[in-house]
This record gives sequence, structure tokens and C-alpha cells, in this order.
Amino acid sequence: MTQKITGAQALIRALELENVDTIFGLPGGCILPAYDPLLDSPIRHILVRHEQGAGHMAEGYAHVTGRPGVAMVTSGPAATNMVTPLCDAYMDSIPMICITGQVPTSAIGTDAFQECDTVGITRSVTKHNELIMSADDVPLMVRQAFHIATTGRPGPVLLDVPKDVLQNSMNWHWPSDEEVLDSLPGYKPVTKGHPRMIKEAARMILDAKQPVLYAGGGILKARAADALRELAELIDTPVVTTLMARGAFPDDHPLCLGMPGMHGNATAITAMQKSDLLITLGARFDDRITGKVATFAPDAKIIHVDIDPAEQGKVRRPDVPIVGDCRLVIEEIIKAIKDLLNGGEKQQDISQWKSRVSGWREQFPLYYPANEPGEALKPQYCLEQLRDGAPEGTILCSGVGQHQMWSSQYWKFNEPYTWVNSGGLGTMGFSVPAAIGAKVGRPDRTVWAVDGDGCFQMTAQELVTASVERIPIKVAILNNSYLGMVRQWQEMFYEERYSEVYLSPELPDFVKWAESMGCIGIRVESPEEVQPAIEKANSIDDRSVVVEFRVDAGEKVFPMVPAGFSNDDVLLHPDQNGRREFLR
Amino acid sequence: MSTNAHALNQPAHHILSVLVQNRPGVLARVSSLFARRGYNIFSLAVAPTEDPMLSRITIVVDVESSPLEQIVKQLFKLVDVVKISELDPRRSVERELLMATVRVAAEDRGQVVELTNIFEGKILAVGVEAVTVSLDGSPDKLDDFEELLRGYGIVELQRTGRVALPKLDKEARLKAVKHGKAS
Repeated sequence: MTQKITGAQALIRALELENVDTIFGLPGGCILPAYDPLLDSPIRHILVRHEQGAGHMAEGYAHVTGRPGVAMVTSGPAATNMVTPLCDAYMDSIPMICITGQVPTSAIGTDAFQECDTVGITRSVTKHNELIMSADDVPLMVRQAFHIATTGRPGPVLLDVPKDVLQNSMNWHWPSDEEVLDSLPGYKPVTKGHPRMIKEAARMILDAKQPVLYAGGGILKARAADALRELAELIDTPVVTTLMARGAFPDDHPLCLGMPGMHGNATAITAMQKSDLLITLGARFDDRITGKVATFAPDAKIIHVDIDPAEQGKVRRPDVPIVGDCRLVIEEIIKAIKDLLNGGEKQQDISQWKSRVSGWREQFPLYYPANEPGEALKPQYCLEQLRDGAPEGTILCSGVGQHQMWSSQYWKFNEPYTWVNSGGLGTMGFSVPAAIGAKVGRPDRTVWAVDGDGCFQMTAQELVTASVERIPIKVAILNNSYLGMVRQWQEMFYEERYSEVYLSPELPDFVKWAESMGCIGIRVESPEEVQPAIEKANSIDDRSVVVEFRVDAGEKVFPMVPAGFSNDDVLLHPDQNGRREFLR
Repeated sequence: MSTNAHALNQPAHHILSVLVQNRPGVLARVSSLFARRGYNIFSLAVAPTEDPMLSRITIVVDVESSPLEQIVKQLFKLVDVVKISELDPRRSVERELLMATVRVAAEDRGQVVELTNIFEGKILAVGVEAVTVSLDGSPDKLDDFEELLRGYGIVELQRTGRVALPKLDKEARLKAVKHGKAS
């Protein structure tokens, strides 16, 4: 039984059938036909104030729910405004569907009003994209898009839909799974690990004397947190969680070493550096993790589990490469280890290694000088107070810069999917819209966005969206009146020659700005005010709250492995420098 | 490994035979991937295959620009790429077509015609002061021919970039002969 409907109706119906409950978007000329059937759809549409916001909201939604976020905008400038979120989602492997309007097919290529080559522009920042040339193709293209975005290594998929394709009538047909797979002969992600490689990995794990589990964002994408924990406890091996994997393994677990990398803690960095086996799970040897690649973990053998074969050997050649879904592969590795143990094999004694790791932990806790009375407020102190005051299950989002690193360092992530940040692309302005998307995805949770004063000014207008759409989030601005991380680099590597990093201590007035957007605004200038302000913010749940913390501009993020440095030469906080000898 | 040993033991280039879905934009996807990841394309040829749903892109890759393994893996991530085979130049047959217009006065024309005949090329057009010739064959042979033509003054020259297929193993070759398919 076929039924004639328009391409636009087919599009909305297809989204409904893909279980989309929310679209983040902003209409305009070419996408107009799709906004009409939306009025009759149960899908909630959240009207943003800038298209970039729609993209980051879709990402935040996807981060916390695991389901693809959907953004829909018009052609031309709307599509170009979407480039940043698409690239962000591509770098961090976030499943996302973006629908853009396009000028009518007859006008394509004529430099029509609001025309741009969206598919061409977004080709290198999407996992896949398509220009839909016929209304009849809409359902299949939508099904393909969701299939591609959510399977294999997840990522953003863009569908560019010309206005006449939305207006034309078509014969509705909802393709079967088989039809979708047959239409993609070149797309067959491998999910099951190679049995021989898994056996080899198991043996290597039992033979290792100084193993470290190197957990990346792939753990979260594969819903593999439970499997990781089982593996870690089975082999009693310390775990580092990268910036993208915070929460994939509980921070309060005795085996958790926290974050490695450029601003990781000295223990996590050094444990990787000295290990003889890195059990790499859904991580990609990013330059922020390895430091100078040539001197990274020089004695370590590498097991590399990744669903994307191109990650294996891209930076560091693995001894045992395993292509597959992290959860499935970890479960198989656990089985293989148990088989070996049941067969009478023994794991190497790693107690000496573990006591060495504990020694580092004792010597090198995260450190900042405590607030002295009358001195400027320490940003790290604000984060500790935020953390301690946060209700159970709070989701933390962050922008990009010093506040992001302090957030990752000082928060305690004990549950997966409670940390949302822009890791790969490093998109300033990510936090407010991502927090809104996260709150839409998990309305039952408190969502805090930690932001810098620089970041906040890039996307703050989305708080209007939050107010109008009744999506109450909480924003903590760590206002140091600087582009703080850039300032830190200029101080450390450009002889304190500060070039274009000073913002303004008075402008904008964040409290007034927050109030003008329908939020409660609170300003905090001294340590005594911190706790009451946080308590007040946490007690408000009917609207968004912005707390501006006026913090010490001189505070820097430590430890630090400067770009191009070896992890062996991690810079500790100057007050900890005397203990360097313990890093061996 | 010294550069010399490298040159002796390794082929100077890699040929990738990439089977793709015959759809708009596929070539752009492949070429922009090369640009985005900093890989160099030496030559590239595209044409439909015996299956109208599929096209074959033959890419000659500069081995210096990046490890071949990464190029292949990244290419294979493109949804429209169905199959990639690497053709070892030592174990494949390569062909390329060259067309050239050579400036040559009537009295010297005979030399160019003779050269073309020696190489088993074709004379495509003859003008008062120029002649257009074509030659198909292995890329090395085309290189030699081009070099010799250069002495006369090449006005325009166009090469297609190579296409390649794997060499048949001996058994398959004999079978093909038996069935009268070898040429």
C-alpha cells in the first residue's frame, strides 16, 4: 500500500520512525517545507538563536544519551554555521544527524540566494554526507544516515535537501534493514575481534610486569564501561582515562589513575611512560596524550583495540592490533584470560609495579596553593566546591581552555556519560549549548556548564533558548578576564609577552547579561561567597543560573607537558618540583 | 635502509585499484581525502567497470608522501569505496595513453613518423608545420617516447595516467590461452 506524500512529510515521518524525539534547529527559506509537517509531529523542536548552537546541542544530547542528536537548519549561511559542530562531532566520534535545506535542484550551481556547496564544504568534517536529489530517496537516505552515524566509529552525517525535493510528492516506502545494507556495499564495519589476536592479547596481558589500561572515548561509544571494570579488576591493573573517557572508569576506584596527557596528573603520565604493556582500548594516541611520539612509552608493547582500522598504526605501531567493538572485544579478552588461568597459567606478579604507581600517587597529588585570606579566588577551589556541592549524577559540560582542564582534573567522575566536552577540535563556546542539549537528553539530571569568560562570550545567546524552552541549566563562569590558556602559553613560552589575550574585567557585566536572558545571575568575588552561591544555584530548578566567579588570572594549569616535550619531562607545579626524583 | 637499497628493493610507486560506487561526487570524496590527509597523487584515472553500478579509480600514489597502509585504510573508510586492491608494479600489467602534437617542418616530418612507427604508435593528424601522434603502452615506454619527441619541440602533450590490472598467474594465463582469450 503506497501513499503519496511530500518529500518534507517523508523526511519528518522518517525521523519519527528513527525514534527521534528532539530536533535542534532554526528555519529559513530552503528548509521551510520541512518545518510545516513538523507542526503536526510529536517531535519536539528547540528553536536556537544561532545554528552553531543547534549543532552543539545535538552533540550534548548524543553525548549523554548515546542516541544521535539531530540538527536541522536552512541552506547557505546556516549550513556554514554548522561546520564547526560537524567538525567537532567528527573529531570526537559523536553520532549526529544534520539536515540542511538547499536551493531547488534547478538552481543548484547558479549562485542562487543562500546557496552554498554544503556537501562539498562539509565533506571532510562528516563521516558521510549526501545531497538528496529526489523525494523518493528521502526515506532510504535517512535510514542510511542513521545507520552510518551510529554504527562502526560513530560520527556526524549530513543530508542536504533541496527545496523542490521537499515539496515534490513521492511514494512512501520505508526500506527494510536488508535494503539499507544492500544499498551500502562499501560500508561493513567490523565489530567482532579476531580470535587469534584476542588470544595473543590475553597471553600478553598475563605476561606483562608493568601493564596499564589506556581507556579512551571508544569505551563510552561502545557502552563498554562495565566490561572495562571487569577486565581491570580481573587483572588488577591500573587504568588511565583520557579526556574523552572521563567517567568510563570510576575515579574513586582504587585502580583509577585519572587523566594522562598534556595536563594529566603526573602518576597517569608516568605510569604510561614506564609501562611494559599499554592495553589500549578505544583510544588513538592523540598528540595531547603521547607528547613527543618518539619518546612515548618507549618500553611498552601495545595492544590496540579500535573499531576504526585506520587508527591502528597511525601514530604508534601496535604489537597486537584488534579491530572491533570495544565492548565485544573486552568481553572476549576476559574470556580468553579466564581460559588461560583455568588452564593453569599464572599472571605475572605485578605487585611491585603497583606499589611503584602508588608511590607516585602519594608524591604527586593534584596541587594548587590554597586561598590565602584577602587573595584572589583560586579557580581550582571553585571547581572543588562545585564538585562537592553537586547533586548525585550531575552532568558536567565544559568549554575549552584552562577551565576545561581543571574540570577534568578536579571533578570526580564516577559514572559514564556525565562528562561532556570538546576534546578533539577544542571548540571554544561548546559548553553552554552542549549543556542545553545534555539537559534535554537527561532532564532528570542536574547539568552544570563550566565555562571561561572567553568561551562564554562565543555562544552565550543560547541561554535565551534555554529560558524560552524551559531547559534549566547552571553555568559557572571562571572569569579571569583573559584567554587563560593562551595567556599561560605566552607566560611560559613567549617570555611573558602578552599579546591580545586580555579581555576585560568589567565588560560584559555577566550578571546583567544573564538576567537579560531570563537567568538568575550571581557574582562571586571572594572564597567565602563560593559555597553559598553554589548552594543557591543548586536550589534553583525552574530556570537557568549563571554564577560568575572572579578568579585569579595568574593561576596556571599544572602538571603540563608542553607541546613537543617528552612525557618524561612533565612540568610539575613549581611547589612540587623538589620531588622530581620520585618520578623515576 | 639507505635510499639506494630502497630504490632497488621497493617499487617507485604504488598503484591502487579502487572500486567505488558509480555515484555523483565519488571522485571528489577520494581526491579531497588525499588533499585533507596530505597524500600526493601521482596520477589518477577513472572509468566505469563491466558493472554499471561500479567505477574503477586507478590511483598511482607517491610512496614518499605517506605510508601506503594509512592511505588504504583512510580510503576504505569512505562509504562509497567498495574494494581496494594494491597492484604491485612487478606483478601487474600497466598501460597508459599518450597524445602529443609536435612542431615539425615538412622536411623533418619523416623522422617523427619513423620514430612513431618504431614505437608502434599512431599518426593521428598531420598539418603543415605539426603532427599529432599517439602511443599506448607501458608508462616506461611512454617516458622514452616523450623524451625523444621533446627534441623536436612538443606543442601540446597529454597523458592519461596509468590504468592497471593484476598479472594473471601462470596457470590462469595458460587457461586463458586454451580458451582462446589471450591476446
